[in-house]
Amino acid sequence: MSGARKSKGVMVFVEFRRDHIRRGSIQLIGEGRRIADILGVELSGALLGHGVEEYAKEAIQYGLDKVHLVEHPILASYAARPYSKVMVELVEKYKPEIMLLAATKNGRELGGRFYVHLQTGLAADCTAFRVSEEKNLVMIRPAFGGKSLAHIMCKKTRPQMATARPNVFPEPERDPKRKGRIIKENIELGPEDVDAKMVQFITHMEDEATRLADADVIVAGGHGIRRADTFGTLQELADVLGGTVGGSRKVVDLRWLPKDRQVGQTGKTVRPNVYVAVGISGAVQHLAGMQESEKIVAINNDPEAEIFKISDFGIVGDLFEVVPEMIRQIRERRPAKEPI
Amino acid sequence: MPETSGLRTVVCIKQVPKAEQLKIDPVKKTLVREGVESEINPSDLHALEMALQLKDKHGGSLLALSMGPPRFIQALEIAIGMGADKGILLSDRALGGSDTLPTSYALSKAVEHLGDFDIIFCGEETTDSSTGHVGPGMAANLDLPQLTYVVEVEVRDGHVRAKRAVEDGFEVWETTLPLVITVNHGCNHPREPTLLGKIKARTIGIIEDVNADDVGLDKDKIGLSGSPTVVDTIETVELPDRSGRIYSGEAREAVRKLLDDLEAEGII
Ligand SMILES: Cc1cc2nc3c(=O)[nH]c(=O)nc-3n(C[C@H](O)[C@H](O)[C@H](O)COP(=O)(O)OP(=O)(O)OC[C@H]3O[C@@H](n4cnc5c(N)ncnc54)[C@H](O)[C@@H]3O)c2cc1C
Ligand SMILES: Nc1ncnc2c1ncn2[C@@H]1O[C@H](COP(=O)(O)O)[C@@H](O)[C@H]1O
Repeated sequence: MSGARKSKGVMVFVEFRRDHIRRGSIQLIGEGRRIADILGVELSGALLGHGVEEYAKEAIQYGLDKVHLVEHPILASYAARPYSKVMVELVEKYKPEIMLLAATKNGRELGGRFYVHLQTGLAADCTAFRVSEEKNLVMIRPAFGGKSLAHIMCKKTRPQMATARPNVFPEPERDPKRKGRIIKENIELGPEDVDAKMVQFITHMEDEATRLADADVIVAGGHGIRRADTFGTLQELADVLGGTVGGSRKVVDLRWLPKDRQVGQTGKTVRPNVYVAVGISGAVQHLAGMQESEKIVAINNDPEAEIFKISDFGIVGDLFEVVPEMIRQIRERRPAKEPI
Repeated sequence: MPETSGLRTVVCIKQVPKAEQLKIDPVKKTLVREGVESEINPSDLHALEMALQLKDKHGGSLLALSMGPPRFIQALEIAIGMGADKGILLSDRALGGSDTLPTSYALSKAVEHLGDFDIIFCGEETTDSSTGHVGPGMAANLDLPQLTYVVEVEVRDGHVRAKRAVEDGFEVWETTLPLVITVNHGCNHPREPTLLGKIKARTIGIIEDVNADDVGLDKDKIGLSGSPTVVDTIETVELPDRSGRIYSGEAREAVRKLLDDLEAEGII
């Protein structure tokens, strides 16, 4: 275990995917900046890829002081072993006291691999950070399915490592005038560092116009909707409310909805003005992703459903009656309010 | 070749409290643990099912491995009921208080102690610690390839082809045996334990107990002292105080009242 003595600075793993820096990483640059400023230390980024120098500049514009740029054909797209090797070398060379990664699937599996080589602590999926009086990082994460928050600390070893949940921290402003250093790192990689290859990518990229994370109104469907087709009706309700559709993990697992529309602990964290939960029971993992919505409306035929406990408004009833009735009555009210 | 001799798999399973039964004591603001039933960690059931399907196809052996107190035997019994050949419980007081670093270390040592394996399966994450670190941590300790959030897997001539679920789609990966796979929650329908299997689980020797010394654990690397992280405090979450105006009865009337409320709030 590396001693706490000489470690200094905050490092963020800047996750690059195909043609962009992932939003979770950009948000983390903002949070990393805040922590580095409290500690009065530098904020660096680790950017791995091939032909990605322009993104190093972009990352600086979001708030980094410097970027360790590691370019190699083997790093062109993410793979656990070579990325893990590079991260271990960077951390051992620069000894940051704090190492942060976005809690994307790749961020979690990468962190979960390389912290073992560093023999330090790793807190998963954090939603807040604080700096203690002794200048240790307090890594705060939901525990027991979001019913409590655990404050995790790693006092004995460095770096203090955490993955942070995307869409919890605000995106920092991009300042095109901001200057920082780009340090080109030479890390040797060879065929022995490649143990797995991605051979195909099947995309269902989300439509920018209907991004879940930015939506003001979300109509979410759960297993209670019984068939994929019901999303047609939910989409109609979303349309009259000016929103977009999402869903629980069960409907995503059933392929009734693309994965990027899943709300919850292992999906998106959303905080729209209105979240309409239709046929969703309110499992803790689902609540973890939507409980901070401004207003929550639930429609469920089970009066005991957990979802009602955190709802502002709701109807106990059959969604197949209630939702069409809502669409009809909203349309009825509309013309009087806003002429077309 | 694994095809002829079959595949040797080990599935790591953990016993967890049933998440939906966990409640916060309204007065003490602490977690109520009394009377909470436990179950096999849900995504570990998917891992078991994936390993069982490989066994159905290729033959071979399937071992269920769990680290924890003696009551974790229940999880192993269920795994055997589903079709695992054997269960191993790594149990030792010295392991108490382990975070994910010593847990992956101890499970890796147990795997090495048990023999050679083609695939080590884990669930994507547990419901009680929900880190998903143990699978990749074992891959690091054992210096093996890792594929995480896997929904489908095929093995042919020592080569592995697996589909993993990521945020913006699916990726197909190719690698070779041996490796560590973590299985995406909900990717298959775990089979029910059979009666015969449950009876088999009671057979002497089907579940083996091992302790820290048996698998050669370095005592400095396990338990509280071997865990870099500590839980400093547990803060109870105050869910936002919601007004909770819930209507029931005839749909048309209920919807009218709901829309009146939403209109009053300026929502519609
Ligand atoms: C590691 C892990 C991670 C997870 N991550 C997530 C996550 O990110 N997001 C997520 O959502 N889940 C997640 N889950 C799953 C979660 O535990 C629940 O299984 C899931 O949220 C339940 O989905 P549901 O509410 O759609 O289905 P159900 O729990 O089956 O609920 C269906 C509801 O519909 C109601 N209903 C049925 N028919 C009607 C009708 N005609 N009219 C009105 N109501 C009706 C029922 O009363 C019921 O309340 C995770 C689980 C694990 C183990
Ligand atoms: N104590 C344990 N015994 C056996 N397997 C475990 C244990 N803890 C975690 N695992 C495995 O590691 C996976 C991820 O767990 P976690 O990293 O705790 O979220 C689980 O789904 C299990 O397959």
